[in-house]
Amino acid sequence: MENIVGTKSRLVWAVNLGAALMVVLWTLPTFGLLVSSFRDRDQITTSGWWKSLFPSEASTMYRAEGASAQVQEGALYVIAGNVFEGSNAGQVDSFGISSKDTAAFKVGETADLGDGVQLTVAADGGFRITSPVAFEGDRGQRVFVSSVTPPRFTVENYGRVMFAEGLGRAFMNTMTVTIPATIIPILIAAFAAYALAWMEFPGRALIVAAVVGLLVVPLQLALIPLLKLHNDLGIGKQYLGVWLAHTGFGLPMAIYLLRNYMVGLPREIIESARVDGATDFQIFLKIILPLSFPALASFAIFQFLWTWNDLLVAAVFLGNNEDQLVMTSLLRNLMGSRGGEWEILATSAFVTIAVPLVVFFAMQKYLVRGLLAGSVK
Amino acid sequence: MQQLILASSTIVIGVFGCVAYFFASNLILDRIYPASGPNIGRNINSANAIRPWLFLFPALALLAVYLVYPVFVSIYLSVMDKNGEVFVGFDNFAWLLQDGKFQESMKNNLLWLVFVPAVATFFGLMAAALTDRIRWGNIAKALIFMPMAISFVGAAVIWKFIYDFRGEGREEIGILNAIWESFGGTAQTWLTLEPANSFLLMAVLVWIQTGFAMVILSAALRGIPEETIEAAILDGASPFQIFLKIKVPQIWGTILVVWTTITITVLKVFDIVLTMTNGQWGTQVLANLMFDWMFRGNDTGRASTSALIIMLMVTPIMIWNIRNARKEMR
Repeated sequence: MENIVGTKSRLVWAVNLGAALMVVLWTLPTFGLLVSSFRDRDQITTSGWWKSLFPSEASTMYRAEGASAQVQEGALYVIAGNVFEGSNAGQVDSFGISSKDTAAFKVGETADLGDGVQLTVAADGGFRITSPVAFEGDRGQRVFVSSVTPPRFTVENYGRVMFAEGLGRAFMNTMTVTIPATIIPILIAAFAAYALAWMEFPGRALIVAAVVGLLVVPLQLALIPLLKLHNDLGIGKQYLGVWLAHTGFGLPMAIYLLRNYMVGLPREIIESARVDGATDFQIFLKIILPLSFPALASFAIFQFLWTWNDLLVAAVFLGNNEDQLVMTSLLRNLMGSRGGEWEILATSAFVTIAVPLVVFFAMQKYLVRGLLAGSVK
Repeated sequence: MQQLILASSTIVIGVFGCVAYFFASNLILDRIYPASGPNIGRNINSANAIRPWLFLFPALALLAVYLVYPVFVSIYLSVMDKNGEVFVGFDNFAWLLQDGKFQESMKNNLLWLVFVPAVATFFGLMAAALTDRIRWGNIAKALIFMPMAISFVGAAVIWKFIYDFRGEGREEIGILNAIWESFGGTAQTWLTLEPANSFLLMAVLVWIQTGFAMVILSAALRGIPEETIEAAILDGASPFQIFLKIKVPQIWGTILVVWTTITITVLKVFDIVLTMTNGQWGTQVLANLMFDWMFRGNDTGRASTSALIIMLMVTPIMIWNIRNARKEMR
């Protein structure tokens, strides 16, 4: 069927092109940040990241030092130095001695400045001005240089944000929040989902409807009452409070997903187990739980991504001190205090999204399944 | 390190506690109503009546405390003063209605509600239609889907970099300004430019949500019975006609589901606005307004009222969802 439609080759081209365009548009923003996280501060602030992928050509003017820097070598007086002043970079392509013709000489050629004064510039930027008589005056010779700088990247930013900016610590804090907040709700929800899927009792339909309703309750509504409650209980600004909050907020989705999946399991298996005298508890542990693995995995990924990426719950239920600041909160603080320092922001952002991206690409199958089960109903 | 030990021990205690609770409570139930002896029939019935509630109890308790109880407390707080001590009736609501920032938030929220679901669903449908027909479709899907895994704060950094402004005489490093300049425009501080800035913030959410729409719609497109398409091809329909007149009408229900799901996300949008503009320059939205009143204004009355307004806006979708779910159960 597809190939009947697809025989029009122009359409095939258009489809491929359209898809390619969308992919580029959707990956470019992230890619730009990734590239920037490997550039140093000067590079980021002086040129767009898209230029860093190619060798860059630059024309600069350098003024050599004056007569005070001269050295006598035999019969010649020499002023030497490097037009890049040690900032590593690049290959000199051509140079000039007047602003009218900045590329008058190729590298290796000798420029004659008159009165026997000569200038040579090497490819690495080193130059020599030689003269048979001593130089005079403080104003040095101007040298115009056209150079080509190859792409150049550094991993220094990563070291800096992990240690100096406290991101390493925040990473640990995020892990501390995320792992229990992902695992605990699964078990609680699985038991409830089993009851809602396979046990007969009055009020079951009502509870399912309530769970569906609670799916969309905005978190904002829960913040103030729960913060008060947590403070009264003495677990305000503690990890225990965040774990409980994430568990509570994640439960409707967990129950809904798992129940939908469990309802679809074959009735015969469960009934024959009942006939054989298995209790509900045994059926749940030995049959339902292993069979529901795909749904459990889907929810685990959801909850993991949600808790890892969450800013609101952590901002409300955790403190702002070093041993409780999670990565999203830290990133938000950095955006305020280090607004223009893109090398820090880009690198920090990348560290925070690295783990979710790995999880995403590794377990995409389960995530898609979960989305489908959770929405198309 | 110490913290991770704490976290791991919490997992162990939590998991072990859950299992122990379920195991012990079931065991006790079986002791009280043993499935043997003279009253075996009645015992089994009683045990079966109680057991579901044992399974449900932890979940129901948490749901009640973390989602149901706050609704009522919020309603209570919304008719109280800033410290939740003095009854003020509907003063908070009256105040909100005449407040400039609130009106701005409502206006923006409505804009977001129209723009983001529509554009994200449209792009998602386009992405689904395109990627389903190419060989490297799975890779393309994964890449378009990827922003779903990125946090809103991370996305805010990514997009703030795109909208970056350097100023005259300096080379623009934000790609939007670079493109803008290459078409002859002068660089702009995009995030302070009303009303364009609101749409630039919406673009971030569209970027994140398109992948979600694509995944769901792609599955729906593949579920369309082939006969209908074959018939259309035999009748000489063009690929565009097939897509618009045969495929789209058949997945209309799914499009609606995607639309409402994104709508809910939009209503709660918070992180993007907080981190990119913090509601300045006419970009305020309800969720961020609520956060402002909670932490900066220290006024639980107004904050709760703002949250309730969000709840009110979600309610129609909630009712619709519940209806659908009940239909399904029958």
